Amino acid sequence: MADIALNEDATANRDTRAETTRRAGRGDARFHLLTWMAAAAVLLIFVGVIISLVIGSIPAFKAFGFAFLKSSAWDPTSNLFGGLPSIFGTLVTSTLAMLLAVPVGIGVAIFLTELCPRPLRRPIGIAIELLAGIPSIIYGIWGLFVFAPWFQAHVQQPVIDGTSGIPLIGTLFGGAPYGIGIFSAGLILSIMILPFISAVTRDVFETVPAMLKEATYGLGCTTWEVMWSVVLPYARSGVIGGAMLALGRALGETMAVTFVIGNAHTIAPSLFAPGTTISATIANEFTEATGALYTSSLIFLGLILFFITFIVLACAQWMLLTLERQAGAK
Amino acid sequence: MIVSRGLYLRRRLTNGAFITLSIGAALFGLIWLAFILSALLSEGIAALSPILFTHSTPPPGQPGGLLNAIIGSVLMSMLAVGLGTPIGLFAGTYLAEYGKHTSFAFIVRFVNDILLSAPSIVTGLFIYEIVVLPMGHFSAWAGTLSLMVIVIPVVVRTTENMLILVPNGLREAASALGAPMSFVIRSVTWKAAQAGIVTGVLLAIARISGETAPLLFTALNNQFLTTDLNAPMASLPAVIFQYALSPYADWHRLAWAGALLVTAAVLLLSIIARVLETKRN
Repeated sequence: MADIALNEDATANRDTRAETTRRAGRGDARFHLLTWMAAAAVLLIFVGVIISLVIGSIPAFKAFGFAFLKSSAWDPTSNLFGGLPSIFGTLVTSTLAMLLAVPVGIGVAIFLTELCPRPLRRPIGIAIELLAGIPSIIYGIWGLFVFAPWFQAHVQQPVIDGTSGIPLIGTLFGGAPYGIGIFSAGLILSIMILPFISAVTRDVFETVPAMLKEATYGLGCTTWEVMWSVVLPYARSGVIGGAMLALGRALGETMAVTFVIGNAHTIAPSLFAPGTTISATIANEFTEATGALYTSSLIFLGLILFFITFIVLACAQWMLLTLERQAGAK
Repeated sequence: MIVSRGLYLRRRLTNGAFITLSIGAALFGLIWLAFILSALLSEGIAALSPILFTHSTPPPGQPGGLLNAIIGSVLMSMLAVGLGTPIGLFAGTYLAEYGKHTSFAFIVRFVNDILLSAPSIVTGLFIYEIVVLPMGHFSAWAGTLSLMVIVIPVVVRTTENMLILVPNGLREAASALGAPMSFVIRSVTWKAAQAGIVTGVLLAIARISGETAPLLFTALNNQFLTTDLNAPMASLPAVIFQYALSPYADWHRLAWAGALLVTAAVLLLSIIARVLETKRN
C-alpha cells in the first residue's frame, strides 16, 4: 500500500513539474512575442511616417509634379506652390552651420582630450554638452530678442559697410541689416549642433590607442602634428559620421530657425537677407493653410525634408557602423 | 648634426597657432552658453511671479499666468512617457536579448536610429495625418501621440545599450538555476541595467519637455485650462512660440518666464540623469 502511495506521489510530482515547465515555456513565448511586437511597432512607425507623408503629398504632386522642386512660386491666393526657396534655405543654413560647427567642434574635442588641464575637463565638457540640452525653442526666443538686435548692431552693420563695393563678397553680405536672416539662422544652428560634433569626436578620439600617440610624441612631434597626422586620420570615419549626424539635426531643426530666419519665400544672393527653410515654412503656415492643395504642398515639403535627412542619417549610421566594426575587430 | 632653425621655429609656431585655435573653439562654445543662460536668467527671473502658477494665459493687456500651459505640458509629457516607455523598453529588450544579430533586429536598429534624429516636425505631420484628420479636430491625444513617437526611439536606444553592458555571466548563472529566459530578463538583466534604463527615460522626458514642432498642429493651443484629452491643449513651448512672436510686451514677458521654466526643468532632468549615470559607473 505504502509503495503504491509513494509511486502516486512521484507521478503527481512529475506532472506538476512538467506543468510548471510548460507554463514557463508558454510565458517565455508570450514575453518573446511581446518584445517582438514592440520592435515591430518601431518599424511600423517608420513605415507609417513615410506612407502618411506620401499619401498627404499626392494632391500637390499631381498638381505640380517634380517642377515643385524647381519652382519659387508661393502664392496661396492663386494656389501656386513651389518648394525651391524652402529647400534652398534648408540647404544653405545647414551648410553654414556645418562650416562653422565642424572645425569648432573638432577644436573643442581636441581641447578636451589633449590640452585641457584634467580637473577642468569634466566641467567644461558638461558645459558644452549643456548647449545640446537647451530646447530649440529657447534658442529661438533668445535668437529673436537678444541675439538678432546685438548681431544687427555690432556685426552686420560693420560687415555690410566694410564689404560694400567688393565684388562677390559685397553681394554675399549686402542688403539691409535686419538682424534676422539666413546667416543668423545658420549661426544659431551651428551653436546647437556644436555639442553633437564635439561629443562624437571626443568619443572617437578616446578610441585612438595611447600607444600610437605616445610613439608619435616619442619621435618628437608637436601636439599639432600628432593630432593632424595620427589621431585625425585614425578617427576619420567617426568624425565624419558624427558630423553627418549633426547635419541631420541641422536640416530638420525647426523652432530656432523659425524665429530668426525671417520667413520670406525668396532666394536672395545675400546671406544677411531673410529667407525660409522647409521646417520653418511648415511650422509657420501649416495651421493657417486653407485649401487641400496648400496643406498638401506643405506635407510634400515635409516628405522632401524627411527624404533628405534620411539619406544623411543613413550615411552617418553606415560610417559609425564601419567604425564599430573596426573597433570590434581589434 | 645640423638642426634647421627655420623648420623648428615653423613647427613651434604652427603648434602654437593650433593650440590657440583649440582653446578659442572651447571658449566660443562657452561664451554662447553664457550669453544664452544670462539672457534667459535676467529676462526670465524678472518675469517670474506667483500668478504664473495660479492663472491661465491672458488676452493681451490683462494680467495672467501660464497655469494651463504648465498643466498641459506636464500632462501630455507624462502620458507620452507612460505610453512610450513600455514599447521602447520591450523593443530595446528584443534587440539586446532576442534579436541580436538577426536581419530583422538590424533593420529595427537602423530605423530606430533614423527616428531618433529625424526632424520632429515630420512627426507632427505624421500624427496630423493619422490622428487629427480622421478625428476632425486637434486634440491633446494627438499631441501626446506625437511626443510618444519621439520618446520611443530614445528609450529603445538607451535600453539596448544598457542591456548589452550586463555581463553574460549573470544571465548564464540565472539560466543554470533553471530560470526561464523571460524570467532571467525581467528579474536579472533588467535589474542590473535599472539605473541606465531610468536615465534613458529621464533623458526622453527632458527631450520632449522642450519639443514644440510636433505639438503645433496636433495639440495646437488652448487659452483655457483643460484636462480634456479630446480637446486642444496648451503647452509651454507652444505658448512661448505664440507669445514671443506676438507684438505685446506683456506676452513677451510671459514667453520669457515660460522659457525659463522649460529650461530649468530640462536641465534639472539632465542633471539627475547624469548623477544616476555617474553612480552606476
